[in-house]
This record gives sequence, structure tokens and C-alpha cells, in this order.
Amino acid sequence: MSRAEAGGPLLEVEGVSVRFGALIALNRVSLGVAREEVVAIIGPNGAGKTTLLNAISGFYHPYEGRIAFAGRDRTHLRPPDVAALGIARTFQNVALFRGMSVLDNIMTGRLLKMRGSFLLEALYWGPARRQELEHRAAVERIIDFLEIQGIRKTPAGRLPYGLQKRVELARALAAEPTLLLLDEPMAGMNVEEKEDMCRFILDVNQEFGTTIVLIEHDMGVVMDISDRVVVLDYGRKIADAPPAEIRSDRAVLDAYLGVAHES
Amino acid sequence: MGRLEVIYREAGQFKATYASDQAIFPIVQDRVVVVAIAVVAFVVPPLVAGEYWLQAILIPFLIYTLAAIGLNLLTGYAGQLSLGTGGFMAVGAYSAFKLTTAFPQLSIVVVFLLSGLVAAVIGLGFGIPSLRIKGFYLAVATLAAQFFLIWLFNKVAWFTNYASSGTITAPHRTLLGVTVTGPNASAAARYVMALAFVAVFALVAKNLVRGRIGRSWMAIRDRDIAAEIIGVRPLRTKLLAFGISSFYCGVAGAELVFLYLGSAETLAFDINQSFLVLFMVIIGGLGSILGSWLGAAFILMLPILLTNLPHAVGLTMSVALQKQIELMVFGGLILFFLIVEPHGLARLWQIGKEKLRLWPFPH
Repeated sequence: MSRAEAGGPLLEVEGVSVRFGALIALNRVSLGVAREEVVAIIGPNGAGKTTLLNAISGFYHPYEGRIAFAGRDRTHLRPPDVAALGIARTFQNVALFRGMSVLDNIMTGRLLKMRGSFLLEALYWGPARRQELEHRAAVERIIDFLEIQGIRKTPAGRLPYGLQKRVELARALAAEPTLLLLDEPMAGMNVEEKEDMCRFILDVNQEFGTTIVLIEHDMGVVMDISDRVVVLDYGRKIADAPPAEIRSDRAVLDAYLGVAHES
Repeated sequence: MGRLEVIYREAGQFKATYASDQAIFPIVQDRVVVVAIAVVAFVVPPLVAGEYWLQAILIPFLIYTLAAIGLNLLTGYAGQLSLGTGGFMAVGAYSAFKLTTAFPQLSIVVVFLLSGLVAAVIGLGFGIPSLRIKGFYLAVATLAAQFFLIWLFNKVAWFTNYASSGTITAPHRTLLGVTVTGPNASAAARYVMALAFVAVFALVAKNLVRGRIGRSWMAIRDRDIAAEIIGVRPLRTKLLAFGISSFYCGVAGAELVFLYLGSAETLAFDINQSFLVLFMVIIGGLGSILGSWLGAAFILMLPILLTNLPHAVGLTMSVALQKQIELMVFGGLILFFLIVEPHGLARLWQIGKEKLRLWPFPH
């Protein structure tokens, strides 16, 4: 879909609140993400960043507000249905299938693109076999793109952390999502790995036109790669602006550095 | 090529297509050996092996392998712990009995398959709790299936056609003119029948686990939350595993009565069967079809070996003492294997193969 016919924002979050008992994790947060935009969500620990991502991907259902994707309301969908709409994500603590090979992990990412026919699959025959090979070819393109050819057959659980993060990105990309949610894609990486990951994220955005929402703590990365930065604090949105403006935003500085007492 | 067949080397075997890379046995030597084993297994034992070997060792081995593959699909691949195997096997056995008596014209192959289907439906029902409960708690829930089903078959006389003894008996049936069940069936015929079933269904299981269905099972097993966001529907996926697993167990249960025991009561399907098959899966290797074969062989043949070993090496001891020692050694060996290689015999086999690829060089 081109930008022109897209019209409104791809993702609309309107006044969404999520609460766990008495704790209000998200308090009437509104947020719009345009097609092909890279939006970073930042905020101190416990600000509700991951909760927001979980609400978008259907793990939590907001008790007020609505979430719309591509113009359609999807507030109360379950995660598999959210996936079917074209939303993929990665997790803060890598959630790979540890017992499966890298190849199988990424192949699993294409699940929704595959058609099921139990008998043919049991015989591994005809269309079932062809389908398997077609998707293998598609997965190989992603493997090339993310430069992980050497670890195809390695069980995911045996990989070092940085590579696991990359494989998780590969698995999310395998679904060819319209919207990609990344929960701290660079946490725990060294500078070199971070640079690689930044490059991959920007490449995904530019080559495939994938819209990206990411949570990140590294301010250098956030300022570099995002078109817009959303700041959460105690479950509220306190700022939403391009990176340059965020840098000098009073509320953001207060949230991060503490409020100066005026004497 | 002459050398290749002798020495386990894959040098020079380049995979030019994804199809060849995704084959079950990508290495030429493996393919040759597996085909050879299959041919030999179908031809040699019926001609050579005596009644004792076929009846006491090979037939139960094939039947339990089928059950172990079934449980491995559920527990090893889909990660759902089940202690209901004995119950699902009983469903298969009693269904086969009812079907053969109700429809005497029905081919025995169809009877086995239908019995598997009945077991699959029952398994689906008892799989529903798996959406809400996991791990040991699910095992306890499947234990309910085990006890309920056995109680049902004991209590309702209809299942045994109101036989006063409460036993079900395999009737006389032929396949292609050869008697395969009933008191007159030769061990060789029953062996070939059991082998054909387990060979076909092992291949089907392998096809399922290397494709879309197997990947969604393993995804649920390894990280259910990540699986959901990819689009795996937990209930549907788990129920499919329960259904297919129970189908395998059901067919194995029918075979146990029709091809091995000849007649049986519910005692043949008690909780010990569930544990026995679970041990086979764990010892053989969770999440491995090959492991199911190895595990069944280990659990069934080791006691026989232990029974005959003292006599073979010239030791004489009282039968009671020998029985006790046998149990102790058996238990000890299970513990030893689990400590040395918790991933089972299949992993040992894999490590052995990797070493063989480098042999005679250490690295």
C-alpha cells in the first residue's frame, strides 16, 4: 500500500488505560503512528512502556480507550489475531524457541503465511512440500539480509545473546509485518552489536517500508534512528515530539533527572 | 563412491537445493543404511527368528515404539506432559474389539485405523484442560483420564460384549489371505503387520514434526507467549497434539491385544503402561522420533538381557535373587543414563555420529 492511499495513521492508540488491580500501569495514553515511521518510546523504569506494547499486541486488554490498526478497531483481539493483521514483535528478554534451530525459529515466523492441509503435510507430498520449500527460500533471504548464514542449523538456545536478539528480529521479519514492535532491541549489547542492530532496523524501515515502534534506553540510538520520540512517565504520556525537541523538553528532563526544588 | 559407502564421510556431498537440505536423511550413507535396515527388518526376522524372538521381543518392541512415538509427539514435541497413555491405549483396544465384533467384514487394517480415530476423539476431550493448566498439573489431569477410562471399561459390560470373564479376545482375521490375528495367527505374520504400521506411522510422525505442524508444537513447548504473537493458536495446536498422540496410542493399544497378547483385560492398560511408555520417551529422547525407537528397545530389551546374562556367563543364583538384582540394575542404569545424558539415547547417537564424521581425528 502506498502512502497516498493509506490516509490516516497506521496505528491509533486513544486514551488507553491498563490497570492491574489498584495499579494503573497506563493512564489514558494516546498515540498515533504514521505509516513507515520509526517511533521510539522512552521513559524511566516502570513507566509503562512494555505494558503499552503488550496492549498493542493483545496480551493485555485496556479497560478504557481504543486501539485501531489500519483504520479498524482492534482493542479486544487476542495475540494470534493481532499477528494476522500484520503486527510482529520482539521481546525484552529474548523469547526464542530455544530447542529449535535458527532456521526453524524463523520458519515458525512464517506460520500465518502457510496454508494447512493435514493429510498432505503428513505425507510431505505435493503442495505441502512445495510450500515448505517456497518458505524456506523466503527465510533464506531474511537470513542473508541479517547476515546469520553461519548459524542456520544451530539450536537458538546455544547462541550468544547478541545473535539471539538478531534471530528474534529475523523471526519477526519472517511474518513480513506492516508494523514491527521492538522491545529494547539493543539491551545488553556492546557498541558494535548496537551499531549493527541500528543498521538493520533502518534497513528494514527503508527497504520494506515497515513501520517501527521501539522501546529503547540508549539515548544516542533513540536520537539517531527515530523520527519521533514518545516519553512515558508513571503511565502517562508526557511528551511526543521529534528527537531534537525532546532533548530540551522540560517535562522530560524532570522525569529523567528529577524536579529541581525552587528555593 | 566405493569408499563413501564404507566410511562415514559427507565430504563432497553438496546440497544444491533446499529440497535436498530438508530431506529426512540429508547424508547419503544414512539413507542407504536406513533403507537397508527397513528391507532387512521386513524380510529377515520372519524367515530366521524363532517364535520366542518374534513373540517375546520384536512384536512388543514394535508396538511400544508406536505408542512411544505417539507420546513423544505430545510430550516431547508439544511439551504437554501426559500420564493417560494407558487409558488411550485401552480406548484403542476396546474400540477394535467392539468394531470387529459389530462389523465382522471390516478389514483389520481399517479396524486399527478407526480404533485410533476413536482414541483421538477421546484424547481431544481430555486435552481441553491443557489450555489452562501446564506441566505437572496437566499430568495430574491426564491421570484422571487414565483412571476414568479404565474404570469405565471395567464397569460397563457392553465394552466386553458382556463376557463374564471381563476379557476381550482378538478374533480370527485375515489380511490378503494370511491370518494376522486370533489364536492361529503366526508370529511372523503379526510381526510384519506390526512393523508395517510402525514404519508408516513413524514416517508420518517425522513428516509432521519437520513441517508447519511440528514447528507450531515446538513453539508452544519452548515459549508459548512468543508462539501466540506469531499466530500459533494455543488451544487448537495443543488439541491437535492430543488428538494425533492419542491416535498413535490407540492403534498401539489395539495392536497390543490383537497382535501380541491375544486377549486382555483392563489390567493390561493400567497406570504402569503410562509410566512405561513415558520412561521410553524420556530415556530415548524427548522430541526425537529415533529416540522413541531407542527408548522402547532399551526399556523392553534390557530386562530380558539382564535375565539371561547371569546364565550366559555361567553364574548360578536363585531365581528370586536374580529378579531382585535385575530390578536394581535396571533402575540403576536408567538413573545412570539420565545423569550422563539427560537428552536421552537419541542425543548420544547424535554425538556419536558427530564424532564419527571427524574420526579418526580428535577435532
